[in-house]
Amino acid sequence: MQALAPTPQQVAPAGRTLDVDNLTVRYGSAVAVDGVSLAIEPGEVVALLGPSGCGKTTLLRVIAGFVRQAGGRVLVDGAGIDHLPANQRNVGIVFQNYALFPHMTVAENVAHGLRARGQRGAAVGQRVERMLAMVQLGAFRERLPRQLSGGQQQRVALARALAVEPSILLLDEPFAALDRNLRLDMQIEVKRLQRQLGLTTILVTHDQDEAMSVADRIAVMNKGKVEQFDTPVAIYDRPQTLFVNGFIGTTNLLPGKVMAVMSDTATVALQAGATLRLPAPQGIAAGSSVILSVRPEQLVLSPVATAESWPIEPGLSLPLGPQLVLEARATCGTALKIVEPRRRIPTEVQRRFCALAPDARPSLFPRSTPSATE
Amino acid sequence: MSVASDLIDRPREEGRLRLAEWQLALPLSLAFAALFLAPLLLLGATSFFNDEKITQPGFASWTKFFGDPFNYKVILDTLLLGLKTVCATVVIGYPVALVYIDLPARLQKVLIFIIVMPMLLSVVVRTFAWIVVLGREGVVNQLLLWLGVISEPLRLLQTELGLVISLTQIEMPLMLLPLISVMSRLDPNLRDASAALGASRWRTLFTVIVPLSMPGLVAGCLLVFASSTTAFISQTVIGGVRLIYLPLVIWQQSLVVYNWPLAAVASLSLVVSVLSVIAALSYLGRRSSRHLHG
Repeated sequence: MQALAPTPQQVAPAGRTLDVDNLTVRYGSAVAVDGVSLAIEPGEVVALLGPSGCGKTTLLRVIAGFVRQAGGRVLVDGAGIDHLPANQRNVGIVFQNYALFPHMTVAENVAHGLRARGQRGAAVGQRVERMLAMVQLGAFRERLPRQLSGGQQQRVALARALAVEPSILLLDEPFAALDRNLRLDMQIEVKRLQRQLGLTTILVTHDQDEAMSVADRIAVMNKGKVEQFDTPVAIYDRPQTLFVNGFIGTTNLLPGKVMAVMSDTATVALQAGATLRLPAPQGIAAGSSVILSVRPEQLVLSPVATAESWPIEPGLSLPLGPQLVLEARATCGTALKIVEPRRRIPTEVQRRFCALAPDARPSLFPRSTPSATE
Repeated sequence: MSVASDLIDRPREEGRLRLAEWQLALPLSLAFAALFLAPLLLLGATSFFNDEKITQPGFASWTKFFGDPFNYKVILDTLLLGLKTVCATVVIGYPVALVYIDLPARLQKVLIFIIVMPMLLSVVVRTFAWIVVLGREGVVNQLLLWLGVISEPLRLLQTELGLVISLTQIEMPLMLLPLISVMSRLDPNLRDASAALGASRWRTLFTVIVPLSMPGLVAGCLLVFASSTTAFISQTVIGGVRLIYLPLVIWQQSLVVYNWPLAAVASLSLVVSVLSVIAALSYLGRRSSRHLHG
């Protein structure tokens, strides 16, 4: 790793590694986090992505020291921090509602952590000024939090968390309360500060676009478990489970049956009426029921029938910016979404059949509960 | 079209609403004027008579009441009793409120029930219960004797200490209810945020939780102060004749001596002295809670 040429990110002061090792959290009999392990590189931004109740916030709160785990360990730079209370972990956290102290001015909010660490006098003032300058809020130091806009409050929360030079930065849905345009600005701002400081950062979010744009790697969580931990591109293109596949982006799910498996190619007969030769994942045997998942932009329309295309009944077509979204229905009843570039508006005749695009990267998943018709 | 009519209708509707709201407050205002303001004016008028028969107008009752140094001591004792009860309810009640906000919802309901339960009993019953507890042969003395802490029974009844102890229990709901209502509305993330910044529990308590719970604390102090300085039943039953507070003076003058002008002067002294302490407290409370209300 050291032998690689340094990229601009690696020039920044080195962050800490953060390891989560087989972590389990229980609330009564319910398991909130179930044996999660993550190895996070110094200076990396990792997004914990998942639906609400998947355990992502609980995992963050364990790292911060607010919640005790039932089992497993959290290590910073290889050293366990599980025995430390929250106020000795040196972890910076930004909450979804920012949790600014409403009775303190902006400057007092930023100084709170410094004073708690026993710093006094002019040093505190100088550090506060530096942090406020960093988030461009120097002119607002005497304001109370409620006199600031949402974006400004978030910048104060960020300055407050960064003032104490934390070893790890935790962001709990920090952009959720901001409106769309401001959210993008703040995502860029946070990413800039994080790069500049080389801070190892964990971002909790349920917004896949946010995870995709901000994070270096994404851990997709479901029911307390990490379903996949990979780069955004890999998660989009090569989802490992049906859950990841469905949670990230939109997808079409086509039921079918494996006719034969030859080396690593499976021949799949779709209920929609086509037979496809696809790369076979592990554990797929001839005769098993499968679900083919394919992104809307990886389907194409065609006027002629082939062995690898299936008939469709076209429905609505919605022009969405540069794209045209077509709704259609396969003969087996499966609803399909097909996205095409708008310059190529297909005529009615051209919409009779549907097939995989030549560059499509479909995923094949075993079907856990076979339907009664099969 | 509906948007346009909305825009036209809205100001008129708001005006109508404001008028309606004002009218809603009218019955209560009239009731207050008739049942509260009028008697107070009558009380004021009564105080400016010289004789017990209320025939000669004059300032003699005022000069008599404030010419007697004993009455100053009574006023001071009454205010001190209120302050001591307030201090005791804060010292005991604040930790209970801190415990409350950390409890799971189910146990919170149990604790609220325990807090409110004394209010379901008559003050008379609670006061007599304290006689049983604090008496010479009472629970406290027997326990302390059995433990060997004391060799002969302590005198708790008819002492200020005993009175403050029982008033603390009797007035505790008035401290706890406003305090808990303010504290349970505090964002729990604030404590976590403070801890993550490196603050100890004590620092978080004194720099974050106490300042933010000030409105509830001040409201609780006001209620306990007003209620304990005027708690005639507890003051006379537990304090007995040895401890004299303003409510007892008023009772004696009005129903034993039948000197209503003097009773009116004593009543007004109680109202003014209690209100001035309350005004001072709520001024401090408003200053400390300015940041909470926009």
